[in-house]
Amino acid sequence: MSEATAPKAVEGPLNFLDERLGSTGFFNRNLKKVFPDHWSFMLGEIALYSFIILLLTGTFLTLWFKPSMLEVVYDGSYTKLNGVKMSEAYASTLHISFDVRGGLLMRQIHHWAAILFMSSILAHMLRVFFTGAYRKPRELNYLIGIGMFVLGMLEGLFGYSLPDDLLSGTGLRITQGVAEAIPIVGTYVYMFLFGGEFPGQDIVPRLFTLHVLLIPALILGLVTAHMMIMWHQKHTAMPVKHQTEEQVYGYPFYPVFMAKTGAYFLFTFGVLALLATFAQINPIWLFGPYDPGAISAGSQPDWYMGVLEGALRIMPNWEITAWGHTLSLNVLIPALVPLGIIFTGAAVWPFVEAWVTGDKRAHHVNQRPRNAPVRTAVGIAAVTFYGLLWLAGANDVLADKFHVSLYATTWFFRVTFFVGPVIAYIITKRVCLGLQRKDAEIVAHGMESGTVLMSPDGEFSERHDPLRDERRAVLLSKENSRPEPPATDANGIPAPNSKGPLGHLRSRLNRAWTFDDIPVEEHEHDHGHEVESGREPEQLNH
Amino acid sequence: MKRFTAWRRRPWAGYAVVLAALAAIGVIYAGFSPRTDRAEAANATQAAADLKNGQQLFEKNCASCHGLNAEGTKDAKGHPIAPSLLGVGAAAVDFQVATGRMPAMNPGAQVPRKRPIAAFDTTIRTDYEDEAKRKAAEAQKAQAEKNLADLREYIAQLGGGPSVPAASAVDPTKGDVALGGKLFRTNCAQCHNFTGQGGALTGGKYAPPLATKDVTPTQIYEAMLTGPQAMPVFNDTTLTPQDKQAIISYLVQTREEPNPGGNGLGRIGPVSEGLAGWLVGLGLLVLAAAWITAKKPKKLKKS
Ligand code: HEC
Ligand code: HEC
Ligand code: HEM
Repeated sequence: MSEATAPKAVEGPLNFLDERLGSTGFFNRNLKKVFPDHWSFMLGEIALYSFIILLLTGTFLTLWFKPSMLEVVYDGSYTKLNGVKMSEAYASTLHISFDVRGGLLMRQIHHWAAILFMSSILAHMLRVFFTGAYRKPRELNYLIGIGMFVLGMLEGLFGYSLPDDLLSGTGLRITQGVAEAIPIVGTYVYMFLFGGEFPGQDIVPRLFTLHVLLIPALILGLVTAHMMIMWHQKHTAMPVKHQTEEQVYGYPFYPVFMAKTGAYFLFTFGVLALLATFAQINPIWLFGPYDPGAISAGSQPDWYMGVLEGALRIMPNWEITAWGHTLSLNVLIPALVPLGIIFTGAAVWPFVEAWVTGDKRAHHVNQRPRNAPVRTAVGIAAVTFYGLLWLAGANDVLADKFHVSLYATTWFFRVTFFVGPVIAYIITKRVCLGLQRKDAEIVAHGMESGTVLMSPDGEFSERHDPLRDERRAVLLSKENSRPEPPATDANGIPAPNSKGPLGHLRSRLNRAWTFDDIPVEEHEHDHGHEVESGREPEQLNH
Repeated sequence: MKRFTAWRRRPWAGYAVVLAALAAIGVIYAGFSPRTDRAEAANATQAAADLKNGQQLFEKNCASCHGLNAEGTKDAKGHPIAPSLLGVGAAAVDFQVATGRMPAMNPGAQVPRKRPIAAFDTTIRTDYEDEAKRKAAEAQKAQAEKNLADLREYIAQLGGGPSVPAASAVDPTKGDVALGGKLFRTNCAQCHNFTGQGGALTGGKYAPPLATKDVTPTQIYEAMLTGPQAMPVFNDTTLTPQDKQAIISYLVQTREEPNPGGNGLGRIGPVSEGLAGWLVGLGLLVLAAAWITAKKPKKLKKS
């Protein structure tokens, strides 16, 4: 199959191109590129396709949206706002929603796609993290991914602020507060950003330029780099039968993967169209135009900014006043620390891990989360940390819907902010080790068959069936940890990497990473009842 | 017809019409006044009976907390159990009883809205098919309305206070909706949310949702006028009666408006949107991914 040539429909255009560009080799090679098959590998694709949809719908919106803070008096189809003073930005968004054919649908697709874009990136990043797909040689692509997430947050925040409704204005007010809280230069930064007193005339046009030009261009550049690096390095694969570090096992790009991914684009588009048709999003006409004197209960940002909101809400009101300056810790700490921990932590993690484990090899096969308990536990602790802040951002809605006191929720989140991640770490690690133990058990003794046997002398025992080949390959994918070389060799010369305080730290961390590892391996005598399984259908290796 | 029009234009015509009207009024008044005297006498006895009914209802349902003379009660340590009702006015009584808050039941951070007790329940259904059943329900409803009115009157005459607004003052079709929206966002949204979905307050208190049908225009007006519990009072200088009517019109018309662009997701904003995005959006796509990747292409399988 790997020798197969592309069918006529593809061959024709390829020849045409080849005669002009001499590039058939390139196409032929790439059409046969092999893609592994696992549902979690599609998460990144959701992000890619949502991004494309964002570009398309966003361009549609620019045709009518007026990024201007000029005050106008509304007179349009939404009669409940007739005669109300508002900015042109808000009025034009109302116009898109009520007077442009398909405008509301486009706005809703755009916004749902923004939500889906960010959530699929996060889900994709979690997949990459928990399977160790970021390990050498893919660290750069991992960093690009984090960069795209951060840019996506900004892009979403700015887009959200464009319509200049009461909710987005509240968000901008918080942005202004954060800018102003930066020590010493805060006021200048904020004046520079807003071009005058809040909210001023300049902010919406400026955000518009960033939102439709600069940031999409940056994201597009990063997406391209991301895809090219991925293409070049090939996809990682889940540890399944036939998959080795040397060869990707899966389906060729043409026709199988192309059909699948094409269908998946349609799925993504379909789900977004479905949401945008049946679920209302950001009904700005209900929020009203921005008015600095008004504020609403239940003012929340989109979900990807919820962490910041949560941090702001649970932060005690600390301020330090010295030399006539006020240092607003109550704003600075929540604005910088939690996301700082998460993004810096995520960015340095691959390098820290490689340093601790001393593993400098290239990896193309992913790890099962249970087989790297420390990583998995740290990941779940980070998810808990993020998730708690996220929920804290919605504490008033939680208090209202679940009839608990607002004050109680604040304290609940203040305490669990510190305790939750630790508990999550401990539990996750226990669970991983438990699963390793179970795997070791199964590999050593076979599957429990559920059939209970009685021996002639009356003893009961359960029959254990041999493992299927596929299952065995998965279980045996675990790389058992090897003991570190002793700190000093026979001649008393300390091993490299273990000198000095850093070296000691490294050895300690390395021990923490490996000490409770449970080896999963086959024992000789078990080969006895191995069952010969039928030959697997031959599939493409590349 | 022409003659009549010409006649109408004469200078004395206007006076003649006024005179005729006055005469007519005089005659009608003369015809009715003896009976009015009698009606007044009947009214006086009726009023006394109503007041008595109001007092009895108060003593039965309210006095245990608010005191026999509605002067309020305190516990042994001097903390108030229930406030004095002198001067709260008919509007406060109407609001508290018609929304079922009074008589209060379990002590808590806030006395919740609930179904009014039977004696005051004016919301019972009367649309029974069965004639007898319908008559009974209608009678019961009329009695509840009368009870409520008597109780209001009883407490109002103890110390005055704001009275129940006239029906025309709360008509939700008459106010300026755009003004109402603006006033609502500056005065009420910080507790009740943009669209009146309600919200949490400190100390286990909450601003209840206003977006449900059972919060009537009259109750909205009375809430502003009397400021129940944690809600501030919006008297007629902070919000004029026109302002109040505008707010009522905004609230009622907005809650009756269908959602353009699909389900409103509770109209509580980004929290439910984020939830829908993750659960429905990402959820459906993960299912699709699982389905797509589980499908093995037949052709390759064979080769
Ligand atoms: C179980 C005790 C209890 C009973 C019975 C009770 N109330 Fe109350 N009432 C209270 C308390 C407590 C408050 C104060 C609520 C608050 O401010 O949180 C109150 C407040 C009120 C208010 C509002 C006062 C103001 O300042 O606006 C009115 C009006 C009122 N009650 C009327 C009545 C009427 C009429 C009845 C009988 C139908 C009644 N209450 C029965 C405990 C009671
Ligand atoms: C400080 C917060 C706050 C503000 C501002 C506020 N309210 Fe309230 N509102 C409350 C609370 C708390 C209650 C519940 C009172 C109770 O249960 O007795 C309430 C109750 C109500 C009710 C009764 C709802 C029901 O379920 O019976 C209405 C109507 C109402 N408010 C309307 C308004 C309007 C209109 C405005 C603006 C003019 C407003 N409120 C401003 C806090 C507030
Ligand atoms: C990663 C990419 C993007 C994200 C996350 C994003 C997000 C958003 C969000 C959340 C809004 C608010 C929508 C609303 O009113 O409900 C918005 C508005 C808008 N976006 Fe984007 N967007 C992206 C890309 C683009 C691009 C590429 C363009 C144009 C070429 C664009 C043009 C617009 C315009 C004109 C508006 C304002 C109109 C309106 O609010 O209805 N966006 N964006």
